[in-house]
Amino acid sequence: MSIIDVKNLSTHFRTDDGIVKAVDGVSFELRENEILALVGESGCGKSVTVKTVMGLLKSPPAIINGSINYKGKELVGMSNKEYYKIRGGEIGMIFQEPMSAFDPLYRVGEQASEAVAMHSTLSKEAIKEKVISMFEKVGIPEAANRYAEYPHQMSGGMLQRMLIAITLACDPNVLIADEPTTALDVTIQAQVLNLMRELQKEFNTSIIFITHDLGVVAELADRIHVMYAGKIVEKANVVELFDNPKHPYTKGLLNSRLKRELKGQELPYIEGTVPRAFEFPKGCRFNPRCPHAMDICREKDPELTDLGKEHDCACWLYATGADSE
Amino acid sequence: MIIKGNGLQKYFPIKKGVFLQIAGYVKALEAVDFELSENETLGIVGESGCGKTTLGRCVTHIYEPTSGNLEYWDPDGQKYVIEKKIPKHMKKKYRKDMQMIFQDPFSSLDPRMTIGDILREPLDVHEMYSNPKERDEYIEYLLSRVGLYPEYAARYPHEFSGGQRQRISIARAIALKPRMVVCDEPTSALDVSVQSQIVNLLQELKDEANMAYFFISHDLDLVHHVSDRIMVMYLGSVMEEGNATEVFDETAHPYTQVLMKSIPHWDPKHRKLGTVHLEGEPPSPINPPKGCPFNTRCPKVMDKCKKEKPALVNVSDQHRVACWLYE
Repeated sequence: MSIIDVKNLSTHFRTDDGIVKAVDGVSFELRENEILALVGESGCGKSVTVKTVMGLLKSPPAIINGSINYKGKELVGMSNKEYYKIRGGEIGMIFQEPMSAFDPLYRVGEQASEAVAMHSTLSKEAIKEKVISMFEKVGIPEAANRYAEYPHQMSGGMLQRMLIAITLACDPNVLIADEPTTALDVTIQAQVLNLMRELQKEFNTSIIFITHDLGVVAELADRIHVMYAGKIVEKANVVELFDNPKHPYTKGLLNSRLKRELKGQELPYIEGTVPRAFEFPKGCRFNPRCPHAMDICREKDPELTDLGKEHDCACWLYATGADSE
Repeated sequence: MIIKGNGLQKYFPIKKGVFLQIAGYVKALEAVDFELSENETLGIVGESGCGKTTLGRCVTHIYEPTSGNLEYWDPDGQKYVIEKKIPKHMKKKYRKDMQMIFQDPFSSLDPRMTIGDILREPLDVHEMYSNPKERDEYIEYLLSRVGLYPEYAARYPHEFSGGQRQRISIARAIALKPRMVVCDEPTSALDVSVQSQIVNLLQELKDEANMAYFFISHDLDLVHHVSDRIMVMYLGSVMEEGNATEVFDETAHPYTQVLMKSIPHWDPKHRKLGTVHLEGEPPSPINPPKGCPFNTRCPKVMDKCKKEKPALVNVSDQHRVACWLYE
């Protein structure tokens, strides 16, 4: 069963340099109780995709096409008023920088209660109790005292836990986490990832997890979608993707991992850099950096092709009939 | 030997009130010793706030250490001792030999200078070339050496991507043919696919020019990859140091062990983060705990750890650890 079904979603922006196709024809579904990872480098459109799902980007000024179906409701074109009921309540979001997600002038507890009150009919006291118990659940020591403190008195890891607590206090069906551990140290990252996995089981939440770190994905995700330059280039479940990557870009990413055995040797790498969003190359967007680029890659953009075992890849190497064209 | 640090310590005063009285200190660096020889890479790892950047900046003398000194050997083997302030006659010589690559390529290049200007400035300050034509040829050579086109000299930093900017920073750092470069998280602002390119470039340049690197990073795998020796820092102190392979294969300190376990493993069939048990967060450097700095989080903490700070002791010839378990 899918909770969110995204079909052919595009988010474009008008700029002085031309139209930026930040997300260009992306389709995916989020199933119940799964952790779906969107992986890609900066500028690949992963954040824009989820911001569109959250209704944080509106058309106009953005140009949004396609469909986002959440439990039978169409989110594209939905009015702000209706969105208020879904955003935060049914679909929650955790941002990358916990330090900037809080207002420095208000106590963390007030900010948490405010968010919970938006989607709840409980009394003020009951909400406060709920927030404190959620703070305890995510492992914040002396939660009742912390309730009355300000964001600058917390560390980054603690604020990120609080954000998770606030989001889950609203009992969302879907949680969108945009690089939630990128700004944290490795030991704190391990704590937060463990916490997310435990809470996901306890609350039966489906999670869309965005990251550029394939190590984190290997630890957490059920399925992975790899994005490059505004498109999904490969979809697979996590074991299949790590065992049997198909797209040259995915292979390159997996190869660029630092392996202990290769100490001091030259590292494999992907040539060049990610193209800028208003100057995507013609054909497959990876073709200037691809070691297997063929003539057709420079002409036509490949579609996602099913390779079996729920493994899809958008590459001419695997497209049937590529030779005949 | 190029440089040796003895008991480097750096405290930053916290000033409060109208008269800016000193209310306390951020104890960023506590009595750190290190040494670095020609063509060697010393890796410094640790989490944010462990003092690794402060150490790098004390070495290049961007910060004056609160106490401790640096011993520096010039190319002829003449030894100089640098206490707090760097003596005037030494300044130019020292700065020419010690260059630095910064973490954030977006703020470490002056947006109003062309790439040519950026690379020309150090050459002019140190009067490397009397002939402008030769100098400009050298700038072209530098750009092509780091994998950029010589035509880029006329462009401005905003026209480049993060990876390209970091290449420009590297070109600037090696322009004076330094003997040592402090690399402060040179790849952490870059994408994965670009990171490898920069690491490869740094390795090549090192062997080519016989440079030594002081390589600071929070990424254990990266530090292991580039370093000959590693120092693991926590809350301003060195917890473990030694030969890179040995520190990784025979990790001694409980903190280093936890760090190793916390790195995601890239293997979905053997997930291991669930096996990490480390509670809490690093204490504040304003009020560091008494005894071993790690005692508040250590899974193997003993009474002694809360009272006395352990010194570095040998576990083998090339491997030292500061922990009471090995006393």
